Amino acid sequence: MNRFAVIVALAGLVLGAPARAEEADTLTPPSQSWSFAGPLGTVDQAAAQRGFQIYADACSNCHGLKYLHYRDLSGIGFTDSQIKEIAARFTVPAGFDNQGNLVTKPATPASPFRPPFPNDEAARAMLNGALPPDLSLIVSSFPNGPNYIYALLTGYRDAPAEVKLADGMNYNPYFPGHQIAMPPPLNEGDITYTDGTVSTVAQNAHDVVTFLAWAAHPDMVQRKRIGIGVVLYFLGMAGVTFALKRRIWHGVH
Amino acid sequence: MSTATQSGFVRWVDTRLPIVTLMQKEFGTFPVPKNFNYFWNFGAISMLLMVVMISTGVVLAMDYMPNAAEAFASVQHIMRDVNYGWLVRYLHQNGASMFFIATYIHTFRGIYYGSYKSPRELLWILGVVTLLIMMSTAFMGYVLPWGQMSYWGATVITNMFAAIPLIGDSVVTWLWGGFGVDSPTLSRFYSLHYLLPFVLVAVVLLHITAIHKVGSNNPLGIDVKSPQDTLPFHPYYTIKDCFGLCVYLALFAVLVFFAPDLFGDPTNFIPANPLQTPADIQPEWYFLPFYAILRAVPNKLGGVALMFGAMAILLALPWLDTSPVRSARFRPIYRPLFFVWLASIVLLGAVGAHKPEGIWVILGRIGTLYYFGHLLVVMPLLGRIERPLPLPDSISRPVINRGSLPRGASVAEIRP
Repeated sequence: MNRFAVIVALAGLVLGAPARAEEADTLTPPSQSWSFAGPLGTVDQAAAQRGFQIYADACSNCHGLKYLHYRDLSGIGFTDSQIKEIAARFTVPAGFDNQGNLVTKPATPASPFRPPFPNDEAARAMLNGALPPDLSLIVSSFPNGPNYIYALLTGYRDAPAEVKLADGMNYNPYFPGHQIAMPPPLNEGDITYTDGTVSTVAQNAHDVVTFLAWAAHPDMVQRKRIGIGVVLYFLGMAGVTFALKRRIWHGVH
Repeated sequence: MSTATQSGFVRWVDTRLPIVTLMQKEFGTFPVPKNFNYFWNFGAISMLLMVVMISTGVVLAMDYMPNAAEAFASVQHIMRDVNYGWLVRYLHQNGASMFFIATYIHTFRGIYYGSYKSPRELLWILGVVTLLIMMSTAFMGYVLPWGQMSYWGATVITNMFAAIPLIGDSVVTWLWGGFGVDSPTLSRFYSLHYLLPFVLVAVVLLHITAIHKVGSNNPLGIDVKSPQDTLPFHPYYTIKDCFGLCVYLALFAVLVFFAPDLFGDPTNFIPANPLQTPADIQPEWYFLPFYAILRAVPNKLGGVALMFGAMAILLALPWLDTSPVRSARFRPIYRPLFFVWLASIVLLGAVGAHKPEGIWVILGRIGTLYYFGHLLVVMPLLGRIERPLPLPDSISRPVINRGSLPRGASVAEIRP
């Protein structure tokens, strides 16, 4: 093999590998184990359903999931009747009556998730100027997203003496700048799981990240399942065409 | 051509519109050097990716909304609500990377084996033009999802035109259709993103027309001397291309189905926000070396000029390279230097992915210096002073002897 080709390859490895410089003093999120990780990972449906419960109880007052519809919950194993029942808890706008007045009705499985605020201004007015981000893609929006969100949710602590928190801010060493407007969303004993799982902050965080990871990529399970067949098909065809190529080229000098 | 095997209908059409004869001549019996290696697969692979990009793009355009208020949400609509929309969108998104990988390999193959030299100068120039069209199309396509990186990438790149003396600011306003990157910018980029691929098809057809006039180069870089040196394109190269395509499509499928966000930037999952600049703005991987050249120059106009110059200079390659020998295999000094040049491009790619601080600034300048030095100094001089290795007599001879001549061996020694 050519010496220079080796150097090129090595240079690529050495120079390409290091990640971008982190924010100087922001803690690196520790890695957790996730059901959806890796090329063959799938969604732990029980965890995702518990995560939906956390979202509904602890997050949805401030954070929307605007790209999801209630019908999408079938992706984490809710049945049609469960989804109907979940949707019906919410009242959503349903156009106008013939006098021009706004009409509302209970949501159906076809309705988008109900937004927590009618608009961004309303959110800021309610929340001391802070705008809670939509969570539909939150896990994908950061490098190392699932571990980052998990670390953020479980990483609240008392501010060190030398740190002076701004009014209404909370201390979280995983957040860039360490001051975050969101108060600790998960607290010991707030949630009682319907499936009997022991409820701790760590468990809550793990479940809700599983749910949000699914929400960011509802196509993932089907995508990976189809993918195995597609890759095998092309590899098989590569084998067939290679054999044919050998046969056709046989005897060519 | 033989008409015995054709049905009456085909013959009827062909005598009025000789499309069957043409296909038979250009893709059937067309004589091709018989010593291609697998690097010669990447032309066909690039063509297929072009077809994949256009067909998936046409489908995406059915549900995409090219305005600032709806663009981001419409992409999510495609990903979540349109049946198999995620598949079409991932094919398009990752297809761009696979298209660039194939085309870059195709380009570097052409440079290594001297495929740009007489009589293939126009063929080469048309190829560089296709690459330029691809790059413009890809840049505008990356703006369309209207995420943070789309928005700020568009802002950085369009702002480069402000470096043009006197009229720069007016040009940028004209490009934007306003006083900042906004809906008018997005909708015109969308329009051009749909148009340019068809211009690309036209130039690719010219590229193919040219190669069918001058014939393919080959790994030895010597001319075809007799029919013994060639094989008909079909079935020899159709089957070889099919095999190459299957392997490449398997890799494409791994990317699409198992790592669709590998080449993406997480920041682009956040909707465009003109009030919040991301910590680190960088383009897609295929632009990173050019981005590094842009930032290697402390002067804005100089950086912009060098960045565009890095592509434009390739148009002059047939005249910058003064060596009479095409293939780097027979150029003992040029060959290692080609790999140094390749390494300088990889280095520039790494520099482009890092903030311009500390060692990266110096590395960026070294890479830029060698990139241009190789093309502007090394290539013109080396062609005059280098003593090439002896060339084989013909393509069929070294194939019989299993590969190229041993280094230093003269043709006379192995001639029977």
